[in-house]
Amino acid sequence: MAVALLPPFEISVQSSDMAVRDALAQILTELGPLELSVEESGTIELVLAEVLNNIVEHAYPEPDNPGDIHIYCNHRPDGLHLKITDQGAAMPDGAAPLGKQASLDVDLMDLPEGGFGWFLIQDLAKDVQYARVENENQLTIRIAVALSS
Amino acid sequence: MQLSTKTEDQLRIVSVQEPRIDAAVAIEFKDAMRAETDGGSEIVVLDLSEVQFIDSSGLGAIVAAMKNLGAERRMALAGLTPTVERVFKLTRMDTVFSVFSTVDGALKELRN
Repeated sequence: MAVALLPPFEISVQSSDMAVRDALAQILTELGPLELSVEESGTIELVLAEVLNNIVEHAYPEPDNPGDIHIYCNHRPDGLHLKITDQGAAMPDGAAPLGKQASLDVDLMDLPEGGFGWFLIQDLAKDVQYARVENENQLTIRIAVALSS
Repeated sequence: MQLSTKTEDQLRIVSVQEPRIDAAVAIEFKDAMRAETDGGSEIVVLDLSEVQFIDSSGLGAIVAAMKNLGAERRMALAGLTPTVERVFKLTRMDTVFSVFSTVDGALKELRN
């Protein structure tokens, strides 16, 4: 069964503690007509939560100096093409982290409490690309849900 | 961060009464867990059946809460909803905790 393509949409939020929840709720509402499964909407929510948390935490690290975050969504036959932009601090190495799986082969008390974010993004999203264009961070990803090809 | 706690047969059951454990509440969750579990010696059963979503910060906070119990005290997880279970599986953290599908199942198993 072919899924009708959703028209492109964009949403904007200003970085803050609650901005990520707000953005995720807006996106899932926009995607409502696709009637995604729990697994598909979980994948989208998880990937975007990690991307947006990173922006709030690292691109705009000072709560007193927040900035805009834009999310553009383009539904194509091979899934949702998302572009997330901000005008905050650049990615440290000029590239998206590889997101290696954290080793759990350690003593209980040495278990990692962080570093899962990029692993989840790289594991669940396709075609992850980062670019710094003038003063803007641009991350593009594809999430292979709502396929019609 | 709403947690409700009861102690039964040397097991401390902490139920999270929130739909999300995410970056916005991760620190609050860690502090609330510390308050609910400090000073005991019981195994802790963390009931996540109300939680629909966790992100990596939430996962980290649950790991931190377990480590805060100390090496002598265990934490088990119960009632994982589908997206929460996926986060544990993808990061292989499901191999670190004992995971039970329901609180009742956890109690039954852990009492023995």
